[in-house]
Amino acid sequence: MISLALAYLRDRPLTSLLNMVLLGIAVAMLVLLLQLGTQANTRLARDTAGIDLVVGAKGSPLQLILSSVLHVDQPTGNIPIQARALVERDPAVARVVPLALGDNFRGYRIVGTDAGFAQLYRTRLAEGRAFAAPMEAVLGAEVARATGARPGQKFTGSHGLGSEDGQDQGHDHAPFVTVGIMAPTGGVADRLILTSVESVWQVHGIEANHEEGAGEHDHEHETGPDALEPELTALLVTYGNAAGALRVPAMVNRQSALQAAVPATEMARLLDLAGASFDAIRVFGWLLAAMGGLAIFVALVGIARAREGDLALLRVMGATRGQVFGTVMLEGMLTALAGAVTGWIAAHGLIMAARQTYPTLAELGLVPWQPLPAELAVLAGVVGIGALAALLPALTVYRLDPAQILARI
Amino acid sequence: MMLTVRNLSKAYAGRQVLLDISLTLRSGEKMLLLGPSGSGKSTLLACLCGLAQPDTGKVTLDDAPINDAIRRRHFGIVFQTLRLVSALSLSANLVLAQKLQTGRSDPALIAHLLERLGIAGRANARPHQLSQGEAQRAAIARALAVRPAILVADEPTSALDQTNAAIVARLLADLADEAGAALIIATHDERLRPHVPRTLTLAEGRIAA
Repeated sequence: MISLALAYLRDRPLTSLLNMVLLGIAVAMLVLLLQLGTQANTRLARDTAGIDLVVGAKGSPLQLILSSVLHVDQPTGNIPIQARALVERDPAVARVVPLALGDNFRGYRIVGTDAGFAQLYRTRLAEGRAFAAPMEAVLGAEVARATGARPGQKFTGSHGLGSEDGQDQGHDHAPFVTVGIMAPTGGVADRLILTSVESVWQVHGIEANHEEGAGEHDHEHETGPDALEPELTALLVTYGNAAGALRVPAMVNRQSALQAAVPATEMARLLDLAGASFDAIRVFGWLLAAMGGLAIFVALVGIARAREGDLALLRVMGATRGQVFGTVMLEGMLTALAGAVTGWIAAHGLIMAARQTYPTLAELGLVPWQPLPAELAVLAGVVGIGALAALLPALTVYRLDPAQILARI
Repeated sequence: MMLTVRNLSKAYAGRQVLLDISLTLRSGEKMLLLGPSGSGKSTLLACLCGLAQPDTGKVTLDDAPINDAIRRRHFGIVFQTLRLVSALSLSANLVLAQKLQTGRSDPALIAHLLERLGIAGRANARPHQLSQGEAQRAAIARALAVRPAILVADEPTSALDQTNAAIVARLLADLADEAGAALIIATHDERLRPHVPRTLTLAEGRIAA
């Protein structure tokens, strides 16, 4: 009966193909949503793990999180280095990791930080050693792969945070030397170049003699009223206990130059915003699947009528009611299954194509062939729609009286 | 094996189509059921095959009333409209018939029948790709593919010219002989008389001769 159902499908290739395409588009949309939503959630959760609070310049808290944790947006501004000591003073704070941003190397951000960054992101070295002296740098795995840089090689950064920024503003006077390469983490650290905060200052001609937390400026090194002060871009804060969440954000927000942003809150807000769009697309996807089911239903109703003679003949030749019922059901379900599988492959193929076309997506960790259990539910749902669409025509042929139809023989 | 019809009558929508028909057909016997359109030939064939139930009288095969199982097991039917499954190739039509009857196919018999009917070269052709004559032969091959005890053909030559009609009639008779099957051909075509030894003429639902 399967081969007969397949033969009937092949017998009307255009209708079968159109129904399949309709369902395929629906499945592709639903699978894409699942993939993007799940991968974004996983990625965000991984990149924000261990960071309870981000302290930065006043501005959009979401922008602060995006720029300082996910490294995909411009920072809100800089903050004085004394902010670090201010935050560290609170006994509920377990760790503060400073970030100094401003430059890139071939589009990869150069992040001035300290050893706390490696602990926070649980990075480990694949080659070489950690940075120690100024102008020493450790490359993320993706950076090393993309640039081909090896330990011992030198490179110069460019001003700005993206590949399109500051290509003509190279800091040739202050080259970095690669001392280590991190093992892949699957997170944001893979796309970063880590160095000391002092290196970032040095590249920009800023004297680093200001002791963090000292609250005093070493005026000996200033050359005039426009002399650049050493600053930080943000602080990544981890609490030692829950009291930090109650005290630290409020304390930070009382400072005129600082704001505190909670990654969990901002990510939830971001996902809520994206979620509304996702929901709308998801509804559209299921509507499209329902339309595909309707198209199968219309096709099968017509076919059941046109094939009355064939099916009556099958009954006369020995087919049971269940077998002719099954033939029509199989036609609907096979069309839906073919559409579902095609849509699934198309969705994952699109992710792969997008990843190859837009390297940023690859850098963001978008994985093309990573099936999710929920995709099985989508496939089963669409096959169910096919079965539902075939049910009425199948019941019609089930009730068919072959003797009445063929009595004329 | 003997097919017996006793006092069979049937009416459709108040019109008496068959009236008091009695006949017998033995293994290997061949019979032409001759009559003009509306004489009741097709209704009689439908009753013989168990596709229609008589109002009175009965049809038996070796004293057993004809039912679905007996029809599937013992009858091979060539329909007037041929009714080849359009989505399947010629050979697949034969395979389907065999599988529905016995659950398995007999490729050797199929090859023999196609060869014997001169359509072996068209085995992979779909019904719409066949000429009328080829399709006619394909329908005969399918009816014989289930090794029937009784081969029933309704107007098998209605769409054929005289030469081809004679060929098909002879072929049916020969193939029935080869298969050891009884043969009933319902037709209005007088040209078939010479090819079938026994003729039963129907007129207005009664046996006229």
